Order: sequence, then C-alpha cells, then structure tokens
Amino acid sequence: MVRPGTSSCHPPRRTLSGVARVVVDVMPKPEILDVQGQAVTRALGRIGVSGVSGVRQGKHFELEVDDAIDDETLHRLAGSLLANPVIEDWTVTRL
Amino acid sequence: MSSAAPRVGVITFPGTLDDVDAARAVRRAGAEAVPLWHGDHDLRGVDAVVVPGGFSYGDYLRAGAIASLAPIMREVVDGAGRGLPVLGICNGFQILCEAHLLPGALIANAGMHFLCRDVVLGVENARTAWTRDYTAGDELLVPLKSQEGRYVADAATLDELEGEGRVVFRYRDGAPNGSSRDIAGITNAAGNVVGLMPHPEHATSGLTGPSSDGLGLFTSLAAQVAA
Repeated sequence: MVRPGTSSCHPPRRTLSGVARVVVDVMPKPEILDVQGQAVTRALGRIGVSGVSGVRQGKHFELEVDDAIDDETLHRLAGSLLANPVIEDWTVTRL
Repeated sequence: MSSAAPRVGVITFPGTLDDVDAARAVRRAGAEAVPLWHGDHDLRGVDAVVVPGGFSYGDYLRAGAIASLAPIMREVVDGAGRGLPVLGICNGFQILCEAHLLPGALIANAGMHFLCRDVVLGVENARTAWTRDYTAGDELLVPLKSQEGRYVADAATLDELEGEGRVVFRYRDGAPNGSSRDIAGITNAAGNVVGLMPHPEHATSGLTGPSSDGLGLFTSLAAQVAA
C-alpha cells in the first residue's frame, strides 16, 4: 500500500478539456479494528463461500480534476476530507 | 379452525429498534407475539413473521445486507416460499429486499436528510395477507423515520409492480424521500410478503402515535390466520 505523502501517480492522462481522472482509495489503518469488514467476512460464510479469512472495507473515490491540481493538493484534499488520518490511510492514483 | 390466537414471530437482530412496538401491535390485534432471535434456525412454529425496523448490524455494508444472511432469515426465506405471511417494516423492508423476497432496493433519501415525520399513505392493494382489513383507497396516517427510505428499481420492475397491482402503499402527498413513483410499500407476486418504509406499528393507538391507522395490517393478518 502507498502511504500518505507518497504517491503511486503516473503521468496524468490529459483530455482535450484539460480534465484528469484521479482515484482516491481510503482504507482503515491496519491497526484499526474493522468490524464492518469482519461482519462481511462472516456473511460470506453464510452464502457458502469458505476460504476468505478476512475482509477490510474502505472507500473508493473517483475525481475529475483540472490539470492545474497538483499531487500535493490531491493529498491535501484526501487527508483533510476524504480520509481521517487518525484512523485511515489513502492512496492517490492518476488514471 | 383453531381457537388459539395466531402466533406472530417478531425477529430481533443486533441493532433492531422496533421489535417491542411490533410485538405490541401484534398483541393489540389479538395475536400472540413470539420473539425470534437472529442467530437461531428456528421459527418456533409461528403463523407469520414481522421483520421490524432499526439498524440491524449497524447498517454495515448496506442497510439490511448482513441481516439478510442471518440464520433466521434462511428460515424466513424458506417459509415465505411456502406462503408464510411476512411483513418487513423500514429496516425490515430493506432486509426483505436484500434477501430478494421483494424486488428493488432502498437508497439514501433524496436530499440526504434523515426524515422523521407523519405521512399519509394510500392503500392500493387490499388483497395481501397484511391489508385485507383495509379497502383500496383508504388513507393511513403513520410515521416515517428513515435515512435510506428511497425505493428504487429499474423501470421494467416498476412497470411490473404497477401492472400486477403489487404497489400496496403509495405516499399520498408525494414521497418525501424521493421514492420512485411515490411507492411506500410493495408485495411479492403471491401477496404473502409485504414490505413498507413507514411504521404502522407506531400507529396503533392515539395515545402513542398519530393515529391507530396502522393496526389494520396486524388485524388483517390475525383474521386471515384464524380463518
């Protein structure tokens, strides 16, 4: 996983309108108990699927941003609104 | 015909809120309320089941998604297939949709606000197991209290529901939550499974609710089982 402050960014794919697509994935930190993921894990057993030992549930955001938005700004918006840095990590990926 | 009162199961999941009022409504209709536990594979021989409202499993994943796979729901799905009357209210409606006993889904209210207000419902189908004490065209004043109460389905499903008379309740003054075609409650093809977003169990006496208009769902069921 790419930690906050680092980036898995590729060179932005620019469109004619100067809008890039960016994905921000937010996940609970490994040390945070993910009770929602645990409930999903148990429910998988109830639909007859065995062999899934763990599920962690996060959030996936797709953003359309102007080319003027730089990586630092993307991480700032991710860390100040999309994720809570106390309990969540995030990655920023330019598509 | 048995002289014993009909036995109506009321399920409690972790996070269920309205099981006490649902059981009270069952008793006010002259039936016996039988508590059912989410973790059990046992319907205790009941004549019908109410899936009450609340926040089962904290609305994890999606409202009703985890509860729809609880052990007791396996029994409810099997029972419904054999004609067992099942009523889902609010989160119970969400659970029945997630369990595929009813078509469609409930999503966040248009406007994103939690809505808590009394609404007027028009009864459109008085032939289901839960609405026979009403007459089509009746108006019921009952509370609505939900965050994810906006009923949605694809156009073909909505057309099928309307074409087959399976819209049971509609918001008379427009759906405050943005539900498709103002739908508040629906039934399955057989008419034994009914789900609705507003709360008839909170409207069974003027002392504690806006009306006693909701009692008819429970008396309908009790009369049918006793017959």
